[in-house]
Amino acid sequence: MTTAGSNLPRRLLAIETSCDETAAAVVDENLRVLSNVVASQTGLHKRFGGVVPEVASRAHVDHILPVIEQALSEAGTRLDDLAAVAVVTHPGLVGSLLVGLTAAKTLALLLDKPLIPVNHIEAHLFACRMHAERDVFPAIGLVVSGGHCNLYDCQGGRAYELLGSTIDDAVGEAFDKVASMLGLSYPGGPSIQKSAESGNRKRFKFPRSFERDRDRLEFSFSGLKTSVLYEIAGKPPRDYDPKTLDPQYVADIAASFQEAAIDVLVTKSRQALAARGRSTLCVGGGVAANARLRERLAAAARDDRFELILAPMAMCTDNAAMSAIAWELLAAGQTAGLDVDVTSGLVRRKPAGK
Amino acid sequence: MCRNRARHETTIPRSHHFPFLLGRIGSVTAKPPFWIFDSASESDTEALGKRLAAALEPGTVVALVGNLGAGKTRLVRSVAAAAGVDSRQVTSPTFVLVQEYEGEWPIYHFDTYRLASSGAFEDLGVDEYFAGAGVCFVEWADRVADVLPADHLRIEIETTAETGRRFRLTATGAQGERVLARMGQF
Repeated sequence: MTTAGSNLPRRLLAIETSCDETAAAVVDENLRVLSNVVASQTGLHKRFGGVVPEVASRAHVDHILPVIEQALSEAGTRLDDLAAVAVVTHPGLVGSLLVGLTAAKTLALLLDKPLIPVNHIEAHLFACRMHAERDVFPAIGLVVSGGHCNLYDCQGGRAYELLGSTIDDAVGEAFDKVASMLGLSYPGGPSIQKSAESGNRKRFKFPRSFERDRDRLEFSFSGLKTSVLYEIAGKPPRDYDPKTLDPQYVADIAASFQEAAIDVLVTKSRQALAARGRSTLCVGGGVAANARLRERLAAAARDDRFELILAPMAMCTDNAAMSAIAWELLAAGQTAGLDVDVTSGLVRRKPAGK
Repeated sequence: MCRNRARHETTIPRSHHFPFLLGRIGSVTAKPPFWIFDSASESDTEALGKRLAAALEPGTVVALVGNLGAGKTRLVRSVAAAAGVDSRQVTSPTFVLVQEYEGEWPIYHFDTYRLASSGAFEDLGVDEYFAGAGVCFVEWADRVADVLPADHLRIEIETTAETGRRFRLTATGAQGERVLARMGQF
């Protein structure tokens, strides 16, 4: 169970290109992160002499090899040392996912090592398992980010059942859009959190969709977003310049909006815990970095006596290290052939009878 | 089935029982033909989506224009549901830029909100989607106007009251006109 010719634990290379970030990491079989490189954080763009385009597969094509090289070199790992190659294959942008998958297939073929496809959202939850440094399942999993807002029943480290997701906007997207209405900077998560610190979260009563409908483990943030717009701009909304809004008014809206969004996340998590009889809640994704959400979840955990495991701040946003879930998949024999493809959307179980 | 309908092209009827206002009847005018639909509720919007779904043909590009909260994603969800897609799958594509739904015909749901330029939109390979057999919906279409095909259906959504919306449908070419004409038959 060790690298040939040494007593070191086996290592795998993980590649992540599901959205804007090009990321690669080397993680050993004890889930120790030896390197964790994300293109947008490494100043790699300087090597290309220009601004890194925010999106487009072309940017991933430019970054993928330098990012992999950097991940290997920071981990002091040669290609020959790798025991497997893991890659996120869904969900995400097809063109972007394909870049990572093609790189991973090439390496797996070249090195004659197993190729392990990884679900990006499940990897977000596995970040909690890595942080806890012990088995945390079964648990309810909440993944909250700019693109996702999902609740899972996690029976084990690689068996996640989707309980429900957003029916319109992801919660991070609502933060971004409300920030734009208020003239606050992008991304909206940090800027709303900051503005909300000096705001009155009780000044405005914004809707909390499905809050009382305990059987419905789904989210909706579109109505909340529209309510905020109506509060600022009236019904029907008139044109306005966010720069002319009073700073205290902005702070009060930010605080009231944030509280409404977080109320729903906390309530739905509690309802899921109760519905499935679980006593552990794992939370991952970019919005899990929100201080007020972390505080409110901690309070709920004390009140309801469940164990709360939050992904560490460094592993909330997209990264490749969390794809270490691939070790679990490898142990279960869940590897793929070179014909494996990417999937853009959330994989849902078909309704019964279909 | 959409292909067949395209062959039975007819003119826009003069009378109808649907709350549409006709922008043009019959003869060619300098302005492109348009329809206005006033929706008082989400169920009215659903009816519009159903009607639109029945009139669309493969390769149609629908450009959606309207402010935050106007109901762009809501309209796409209505069309997709009418095409047999589980409506829970139809969520905002703002973050992933494009979502694909498998209904009676493929639906490609784009969102340009996060894109810095129409060039970045082009980089997604939109030409191939536009030339394909599915129907494309583009949210925040005005941000990428120079990349849209000349012939498309433009839908502007305006908030008129808390649940009230005005939809203005404009054809910019022959295909868009056919879709509008067919909408008048149902």
